[in-house]
Amino acid sequence: MNENIRLMFTPEFFAAILLPALIGGIAITICSSLLGVTLVLKRYSMIGDGLSHIGYGALSVAAVMNLAPLKVALPVVIIAAFILLRLSESSRINGDAAIALFSTTALAVGILVSSKAGLTNDVSHYMFGSILAMSKSDVILSVVLSVIVILAFIFLYNRIFSVTFDENFARATGVNAGIYNMVFAVLTAVTVVLGMMMMGALLISSLIVIPTLTAMRVCHSFKGVVLTSGAVSVASFLMGMMISLLFNTAPGASIVIVNVVFFMLFSLLGSLMKRRGIS
Amino acid sequence: MKAIIECRNAAASYDGKKVIGSLSFTLNEGELLCILGENGSGKSTLIKCLLGIKPLDSGKIIMGEGLKPSDIGYLPQYTNLQNGFPATVSEVVISGCLGRRGLRPFYSATEKKIAQQAMERLGIADLAKKSCRELSGGQQQKMFLARAMCAAKKLLLLDEPLNGLDPAAQEDMYKLITELNQKDGMTVIMVSHDVVRSVDCANRILCLCSSDHCFFGTPEEYLSSHISKKFSGGSK
Repeated sequence: MNENIRLMFTPEFFAAILLPALIGGIAITICSSLLGVTLVLKRYSMIGDGLSHIGYGALSVAAVMNLAPLKVALPVVIIAAFILLRLSESSRINGDAAIALFSTTALAVGILVSSKAGLTNDVSHYMFGSILAMSKSDVILSVVLSVIVILAFIFLYNRIFSVTFDENFARATGVNAGIYNMVFAVLTAVTVVLGMMMMGALLISSLIVIPTLTAMRVCHSFKGVVLTSGAVSVASFLMGMMISLLFNTAPGASIVIVNVVFFMLFSLLGSLMKRRGIS
Repeated sequence: MKAIIECRNAAASYDGKKVIGSLSFTLNEGELLCILGENGSGKSTLIKCLLGIKPLDSGKIIMGEGLKPSDIGYLPQYTNLQNGFPATVSEVVISGCLGRRGLRPFYSATEKKIAQQAMERLGIADLAKKSCRELSGGQQQKMFLARAMCAAKKLLLLDEPLNGLDPAAQEDMYKLITELNQKDGMTVIMVSHDVVRSVDCANRILCLCSSDHCFFGTPEEYLSSHISKKFSGGSK
């Protein structure tokens, strides 16, 4: 443990590995928590999970075929996001089951391809994430993405609220809800792919879902939930990273556990507030 | 009398099933239209077609001169408030002003005032900061009507505004709707199940009896038609 702390404070380690991980990580956690608010409230929580499995399949195939991982995974996951969104909107197909079908298929293909090619080591990075191995281009892409997401939430805030709260009413007042759904699908897909490299395919959906649920325990307004989930998410990320460095634990898992602890604390706080009649 | 909305041979279906065969009527400014019909007769489908969020199979809906989608206020059929959606009453009500804003991103003092006035008028101003998941059915319905009022400059489309309300709250709601129509000169189209009440407050009745048979006319004409006898169980 002491060894780790000492290492953390060498300027080389900090500049080369820790700083990019922190910048990229904060960017991704902001994106996933903000997008998560709409996804959770529109009941699309499972889409994030499904997309990450599809992304895993795409990355494995890319690795085996020696292609640039992002160039394969991004378009595949964006297309998958459109399809999953369509499936969830359609009342005739059972959206949940369809997502499960898609995502397990992709996961199985990924595992099959990579195990056959003997690339299990490389590909397990995508399963469990490797935040300390984020490349410069990943970090730049994450920062650009987070700027887009934050600007969208500032300037389109009222429309996002309306589309999330009541899509029919939003359409009736002349908001083109379809475009918003599409933009959300693309942003979510990019977030999931980038987040997957950091957190792993298995854990990325927790970054999307948990901060919103946490904020909803205590906040009553949409604005409150958006701001709180962003703050909780970044705080959990920083604390999780710290724990992972100090105790040499897996970063992705540590971040998720901190998120869950926040969720429990906020649940407690929420029920206390209700009992005292503050709510 | 200026026509505000005109329906010409409109046909529509719901989930692939034809519900409206060929419907034609003209509604003038300042009128109050009640749409009657059994469950599944296409009342909500018609409302959605009028709003332009559902395409017609054939036929035409013509908006009166100068009527834009952003002039229309809409109260959806019993909006099943998603389990604990975090939003305060004022956040929901002011979202009705979105259409007025065009592409400008933030609400101005004018819109905040419109929202405040709508809430005061419906007697829910003291609930403004409350979470909408803590409201009773009647309070929720008032919140949605306030939101529709924020959006409506000329036309209000109300899809079963009385659903889920107790008799006293229904009475309140009727008073409000007739007041909006008579005092503010708002044109109102309202879906209802209550024949007696509808005949009492409306100037026009539209009854969707079956996919190829419907009635449009004044309440008096409706009462003397045989359709009403069937629909109100012969009591009138």
